[in-house]
Amino acid sequence: MEDIRYLDDVSSLVLNQDKCIGCGLCTEVCPHNVFELRQGKSTIIDFNACMECGACVNNCPSNALEVSPGVG
Amino acid sequence: MKESLDPGCSCGCDNHGNKEPVSGLQSTGVSIMLKMDYTQAGCGIEPKNTFADYEKPGYILSSFVEDFILSDTGLVPKVKTKMDKSDIKATIMVRSGIGRNNYKVAPGLYCVGNPDKTSEVMITANFKLTFDHLRRELENINAWILVLDTRGVNVWCAAGKGTFSTKELVKRIKLCSLEKVVDHKRVIVPQLGATGVAAKTVKRESGFRVVYGPVRAKDIPAFLGNNRKADKKMRMVTFTFIERLILTPVELNTILKPALITSVVLIFLSGFGPGIFSFSSAFGRGMVSVLALIVGIISGAVITPTLLPYIPFKEFAAKGIISGAVFAALLFLLISSAIYGVAAFISLFLFIVAISSYLSMNFTGATPFTSPSGVEKEMKRFIPVQVIALVISTGLWIYSAF
Ligand code: SF4
Ligand code: SF4
Repeated sequence: MEDIRYLDDVSSLVLNQDKCIGCGLCTEVCPHNVFELRQGKSTIIDFNACMECGACVNNCPSNALEVSPGVG
Repeated sequence: MKESLDPGCSCGCDNHGNKEPVSGLQSTGVSIMLKMDYTQAGCGIEPKNTFADYEKPGYILSSFVEDFILSDTGLVPKVKTKMDKSDIKATIMVRSGIGRNNYKVAPGLYCVGNPDKTSEVMITANFKLTFDHLRRELENINAWILVLDTRGVNVWCAAGKGTFSTKELVKRIKLCSLEKVVDHKRVIVPQLGATGVAAKTVKRESGFRVVYGPVRAKDIPAFLGNNRKADKKMRMVTFTFIERLILTPVELNTILKPALITSVVLIFLSGFGPGIFSFSSAFGRGMVSVLALIVGIISGAVITPTLLPYIPFKEFAAKGIISGAVFAALLFLLISSAIYGVAAFISLFLFIVAISSYLSMNFTGATPFTSPSGVEKEMKRFIPVQVIALVISTGLWIYSAF
């Protein structure tokens, strides 16, 4: 999806790194490669690719992720 | 309904009796299936085919089932990995938007090859195209397929709508007594289903661990061969030219009805003129405006979607303005002799651009990369523009008749 991008700075994705336990599940389920594990913590590497599908939020075991599509 | 003869008892699920067809069998609701027509066969010929054990009055075998195998929970339909004519015909029907509603597979347990207790369990949706995609990629693989009831909707859309869900997955695992079918406690869920599934809840409520498979069914053999690991490419969605093109017939189909209504309104509007109402101008100018409508629809529902990455701007509505403007100009080159006056030109231009912009924006709902927050932002900005353009266009169109 590198060739087609949607609007920048609109996603409501929030990652709370303090809660992250580094399980890596978000890097697996995200269809847009938004995350990468760095030093045992998930890191957002491509914020603007997020389409707010909620897959990462749903599967994070430690509630470190949040997304609220359509609010704001 | 617990007779041992019940051939549909493949998964101990709620598919018995007359509630829902059993996986692999479709209910005809009418008559007993006849294998031999004796009047045609002639009485001198010995009937060769006897009924198979799994045949059942009132049901016909789904064309994609080739056999039944016996598992610890009963008979499980074994499906073909090759598509036949009826599958291809039905695919064309669905893709062109005809008869989409009744294109489901009965939920429950199926299999491919000769699976045993160590074989993988692939989870899928009960939209037949999704099911077909999966079984086609499972050639030479022994696996179980657990079909969830997603009301005939594909995995991605069903996950968004909440029918491909944690709840449905847990329910289906229990109904089909999956723990008796396989020894391991693992199911492979398509990655695009993750929007509707919470792996930790599935584990807690069913004991089964969710492993997310690749986005595309075609990567499944590689995924299974690589110890159930997907690489980065397998994890990312694409939206290629072909993928975008495939969506356009269904887009057009949903527009058909509103477009017809709009056409009637346009012809009516075109009749107003110096003589209050004129049928000849309703026809003449009406045809021009309907042509403009068609151009706007093609621009917004076919050209913008297919040429998406090549049209400038990120907002779909803005892309629609660009493609609409180009197509309006092309139309004017072709039929300029049929349009009288500057007001009429401006009116038709604004009309085509507004329709194209609106329909292009509409396409955000069909893509796998537009965030709802972004779509909302775009709508807030562009709907007023589209409405103003339409109002000015209508005013100028009536004005241009005088
Ligand atoms: S919401 Fe979806 S697209 Fe956004 S980061 Fe999470 S998984 Fe990726
Ligand atoms: S899923 Fe949650 S806990 Fe696991 S790596 Fe991602 S943010 Fe961290």
